[in-house]
Amino acid sequence: MARELRTGMLPPRVRRASINWGDRAFHGITTGFALLIAALVALLVLELATESVPALSRFGPGFLASTSWNPVTGEFGALPFIYGTLATSALALALAWPIGVGAAAFLTELAPRFVRSILGTMVEMLAAVPSVVYGLWGVFVLVPLLRERVEPWLIERLGVLPVFSGPPFGLGVFAAGLLLAVMILPTLASVSREAMSAVPRGQREALLALGATRWEVIRAVVLAQARSGLVAATVLALGRALGETMATVMVIGNSPSINVSIFAPASTMASVIANDFNEATGLQKAVLLELGLILLVVSLAVNTAARLMAARSTR
Amino acid sequence: MQMTRDLRIVSVQEWREAAEGTVSVRGLSAWYGRHRALTDVSLEVRPRSVTALIGPSGCGKSTLLRCLNRMHEVVLGATVSGQVLLEDEDVYGSGVDPVSVRRRVGMVFQQPNPFPTMSIYDNVAAGLRLAGTRNRGVLDGKVEQALRQAALWDEVKDKLRKPGTALSGGQQQRLCIARALAVDPEVLLMDEPASALDPVATARIEELMVELKRDYTVVVVTHNMQQAARVSDYTAFLLSEDGGGGALVEYGETRQVFEEPRDERTRDYVTGRL
Repeated sequence: MARELRTGMLPPRVRRASINWGDRAFHGITTGFALLIAALVALLVLELATESVPALSRFGPGFLASTSWNPVTGEFGALPFIYGTLATSALALALAWPIGVGAAAFLTELAPRFVRSILGTMVEMLAAVPSVVYGLWGVFVLVPLLRERVEPWLIERLGVLPVFSGPPFGLGVFAAGLLLAVMILPTLASVSREAMSAVPRGQREALLALGATRWEVIRAVVLAQARSGLVAATVLALGRALGETMATVMVIGNSPSINVSIFAPASTMASVIANDFNEATGLQKAVLLELGLILLVVSLAVNTAARLMAARSTR
Repeated sequence: MQMTRDLRIVSVQEWREAAEGTVSVRGLSAWYGRHRALTDVSLEVRPRSVTALIGPSGCGKSTLLRCLNRMHEVVLGATVSGQVLLEDEDVYGSGVDPVSVRRRVGMVFQQPNPFPTMSIYDNVAAGLRLAGTRNRGVLDGKVEQALRQAALWDEVKDKLRKPGTALSGGQQQRLCIARALAVDPEVLLMDEPASALDPVATARIEELMVELKRDYTVVVVTHNMQQAARVSDYTAFLLSEDGGGGALVEYGETRQVFEEPRDERTRDYVTGRL
């Protein structure tokens, strides 16, 4: 296939000149490496699928909608973990999106040049912090702060709303969502910044010359034209939030339950796998593998979507 | 024109109309950071005429143009000193909002730059919407009028909802002219408006400039001297010597500048010796 493509693309004389054993070997080896990566992904999916067959055949599609989780009686359902994953990711996105996109707009449109480079680098560095470090900060700083100050304050004022009701655990969906928000912020900010700085200068000047304020330029030109890039940033950040494990395990409270209140402990697909894999045998092991499969498929889908949208935006 | 019920008011109005679109540049200098781009330029742009700014690359002609609607300062580190009077108001006076200046002095750029996320209609309506016009009927009327003034209406009237970027380069530039005219400015600045276009499209833009001077004061930067000679009534020749920032060498009626230049440097430039 690769060879056909090459002969199809190059005129014959050039092809003869390029036959060279060193090149051929290099071509073969690199092709092999590339295929190896594809094979790894395929094998991973295959392995997860075959290993989770006991769970798949026992619970069927009902697995996705069941809330039971009882290792003793062998009753398992994925819904609490799907809920936990979606709730924490949605909360993280809702909190981080305005800040990330706002910071990107500030950096591309408003900040003086030296601030741009310093702040820009700091944003990128946030992305390099290992997630277990975020987790430590979450456990020792964020969770006590939430338990003792933020959550009681919110419950007192907004406690009538079911989402803000219940005792202030500290550990829970709220803590995980906040921590994830901090973690996805650099992704959001840096990808949005790239998308915004790709908008040509002439476009901004065109609107300015019509009598627009800076804010109007940001809204009608920069955000409008960077839209698909912003969508890509969002989806990429969502992908990171969905799959994040270490930091989530440390602050979510790890309870396989669904609660209306965001202060209640919960579990995500990633966190339950990390928590339970050590003691899991037999059916429970298959259940965890099936959760892993679901998570993998969702993450791949989200990443593919992000890539497609990013490709469209640079077109 | 109003009936002569009150002779005095009519004459004041005529006086106003005669002054509308006058641009007086007084002692204008401009910098990009430490680099001086323009040195002490003074000139009076006549209303309802085409004034061409010519000179070799780097002579500050585009900078001068961008100073007239305060677009110069949009570039980081760009500064200005001196005065630009629009009628009798200094656009650099304290408390003058650059946004209001730009509504009175429209601009067309070298590269056609319609907004790709907007339809042809929305491109033309963009400035009106910024100014707060929401009434559909008013927008429709002004959009059509601006497109007719830009000699584009007949070509686009059946596809106003199509994106502006789907047009040809020359049509895109006329769309940008319509966009600038829609907010009804007094002065229209054009920065090498035809240099990215083919000869046919260029000819259409040139015809348009001559049309537009009936209603607007047109100032055009061009590196094409034949174009300056063809379309302009007045010509200003700028030159940057010893890297000192562009200065005005000669300014006068186009025929005089091209046929009987007073300055030797102008003669050298218009005859192609510079």
